[in-house]
Amino acid sequence: MTNRTIRIWTVIHKWTSLICTIFMLLLCLTGLPLIFHDEIEALTAEDTLPPMPAETPLKSLDEAVASALATYPGERPLFLSFDVDRPVVNVTTGPGARPPVSQMHISAIDLRTTRILADLNEDGGFMHVMLRLHVDLFAGLPGELFLGFMGFLLLLATLSGVVIYAPFMRKLSFGTVRAGRGRRLKWLDLHNMLGIVTLMWVVVVGLTGVINTLSVPLVAYWRANELAAMIAPYEGKPVPERFTSVDAAVRTAMEAAPGMRPQFVAFPGVRFSSNHHYAVWLKGATPATNRILTPALIDAETGAFTDMRSMPWYMLALRLSQPLHFGDYGGLPMKVLWAVLDLLTIVILGSGLYLWIARRRLVQNRRAQDNHVQDRRLQDHAAGEAAE
Amino acid sequence: MTPRAPFRPLAVFGIPTVIALVTAVGLVAALLDDGVVDAVSWAALSVPVLTTVWCWRKRKR
Repeated sequence: MTNRTIRIWTVIHKWTSLICTIFMLLLCLTGLPLIFHDEIEALTAEDTLPPMPAETPLKSLDEAVASALATYPGERPLFLSFDVDRPVVNVTTGPGARPPVSQMHISAIDLRTTRILADLNEDGGFMHVMLRLHVDLFAGLPGELFLGFMGFLLLLATLSGVVIYAPFMRKLSFGTVRAGRGRRLKWLDLHNMLGIVTLMWVVVVGLTGVINTLSVPLVAYWRANELAAMIAPYEGKPVPERFTSVDAAVRTAMEAAPGMRPQFVAFPGVRFSSNHHYAVWLKGATPATNRILTPALIDAETGAFTDMRSMPWYMLALRLSQPLHFGDYGGLPMKVLWAVLDLLTIVILGSGLYLWIARRRLVQNRRAQDNHVQDRRLQDHAAGEAAE
Repeated sequence: MTPRAPFRPLAVFGIPTVIALVTAVGLVAALLDDGVVDAVSWAALSVPVLTTVWCWRKRKR
């Protein structure tokens, strides 16, 4: 590598880092409690399931939806999702087909009684503030895309950091930390060591974070292309006045896909369905396949099966980017490791900022010294001339 | 300009590459199955963390 190449990569590293660091610090800090959001929310959980005989028959999904609508009169159903390990469904309702999230209501409903266990509406509490700061800075889609761009800069900073790691380490063995020769050298070595050691984790969490920020445009693209192709015969048809049984729609979908289980149902007109269909999103039954969703479309006017297609690659990438970003797929020990790696990332960001400031000071001092010497020379020169 | 020490990719990037690959295995493993595979993930993701501890403990004062 020539000196010029190194200089170019150093400039790239400096500027991409400087621009994104403050936002990355915010994301690391807000991300920390979010890693443990399940555990934190369990502390304040209000929706414990009352004990009932194990063989208690379950009510139909339609009765669950009716129960939610009775609580929020005038609204229409948007989504229905299934809890994994208990007979509970979560019904989302809202004033129209695509209201802002703030106007949606989510009810957790006991399927044995159709009683509402709890509402999961946004409450403006601590975790909600953390989530919004982390996802979109309270600025909606533009905020999301902005943070995505900051994540892209982080990836550039990481890449350029790896490139300039090489000239730094030419004469040093791996992991050297020179702690006894000044603060700057110590933090430089720590920055390099931490950066290279956490590299893969930072790249994966950074990249999946960027992909997650593209969720809205990716789903819109899928709806406009893949979904549009699936429902071509229905093009231009309005949202039906009345929907057929959602219970029957789920059963029809499950018959069409033996071995798969429903994850959620999107009602006609919402972002994850067509105007005319129930989209029953099915997942595989094994750990390796239960993250892969396949939508089955059921005509919401007749109850007939319309089509089922596996997701295109970009939707799979979006889907897999969630666990890989959240770190919630390997139990509590994984979450703890996620938190430690997050803290190490904070140290990398902080030390990078410190090194930039320390280096500027160093350069300024040197320049001041040079100027001083030059002034002295000029003075001597002037004095010499005056004497002549 | 003084001649620089030659760049030896293996010496500089050997260990970091191994750590990166182990981390990648840890990240993917827990996605594929539950149970034993989770423990593989924990062990693999401990590698970057423990390496940090090791580097800090043998720092030159």
